[in-house]
Amino acid sequence: MKLFFTVVSFYLCILIFINLYRAIYGPDILTRIAAINAIGTKTVMILILIGFIYGRVEMFIDIAIVYALLSFIATIVAAKYFLTRRSIE
Amino acid sequence: MHYLVTSTILFILWIIMSGFFDAFHLVLGGLMSLLLAHFSWDLLFENTKMPFSKRISEIFRFTNYVFWLLYQIVLANLHVARLVLDPKLPINPKIIRVPTKLKKDVSFVTYANSITLTPGTITIGVERDYLLVHAIDDKVADDLFSGAMEQRIARVFEVDEKP
Amino acid sequence: MLHTIQIIVAGFFILAGLFFFTTATLGLLRFPDFYCRLHATGKGDTLGTLLMIVGFMIYEGFHLLSIKFVLIPLFLFMASPTVTHSIGRAGVSCGVEPWEKKETEKTEEVS
Repeated sequence: MKLFFTVVSFYLCILIFINLYRAIYGPDILTRIAAINAIGTKTVMILILIGFIYGRVEMFIDIAIVYALLSFIATIVAAKYFLTRRSIE
Repeated sequence: MHYLVTSTILFILWIIMSGFFDAFHLVLGGLMSLLLAHFSWDLLFENTKMPFSKRISEIFRFTNYVFWLLYQIVLANLHVARLVLDPKLPINPKIIRVPTKLKKDVSFVTYANSITLTPGTITIGVERDYLLVHAIDDKVADDLFSGAMEQRIARVFEVDEKP
Repeated sequence: MLHTIQIIVAGFFILAGLFFFTTATLGLLRFPDFYCRLHATGKGDTLGTLLMIVGFMIYEGFHLLSIKFVLIPLFLFMASPTVTHSIGRAGVSCGVEPWEKKETEKTEEVS
């Protein structure tokens, strides 16, 4: 089962790199913000998977919850900045 | 009363997050939740004059609605997955205006969140009597205009607004 | 025997979550417009997270930890629509024009 969790986390890492392509070469800035948000969601899953692999879920689940909160706040702040600025340039 | 309920919820959250059951941590958590509830007791509930029996029945109806919403989310997510995996990418995106008759703030927020959670439609603007919705396909737009979701939310939250 | 069934069901849920993550990422790559990409990221990730967490809970069995597992999708189901709506409203307020199918067909006819 540990091997299965490792394979799943590698697959999520590949998905994160595909998202990172959009985050770097994205045509506009709002696409980049959306891609970063998607990366944050996948990172939460990877943190829980690492907890299963090392056998210490009760510690890594706290880190995962805190990471979810922080990523949510970061995305909201970035979107709010472009909401008040009223132009993409 | 609301003060007590808020501090109880905070205390339960403290126990879940800490995982300790000895006396020191329990007393510390109780003092902390009482202090936090003293500052923020009117933030959690919208209408503080509502009696609690109605509140509990509202919570039951809301749970029922959440399960219906989960079923809808799975159905619509499969629809969008089929759109994505199709090599021709048969999408037809457009911005539509959805008129709504909901009055309360809570039902408004629930409606907008449900529209966004159901794949294929996202809310991108909120006015007092309509919502700006970006729909990706003709099928999901027709589903939204049929108004089934709005009727269910009105049955949950606005049942005793006008007898 | 029961343990084997538990592991198989958990693995099935995790693989279903991975499928929705994959469709979300493919949608982010393939859709032509920023609004359409929001469709892909906001919702495939939410359902994928829910399914994977259900798989973890079945694998782990019930104790105090599973209540903590419930907290993550509970928070995400409130946060993810908020994020999507906030980015979309920023796009509307910045005046980003949505992509439409008919315009591209017209330009193809002209050219």
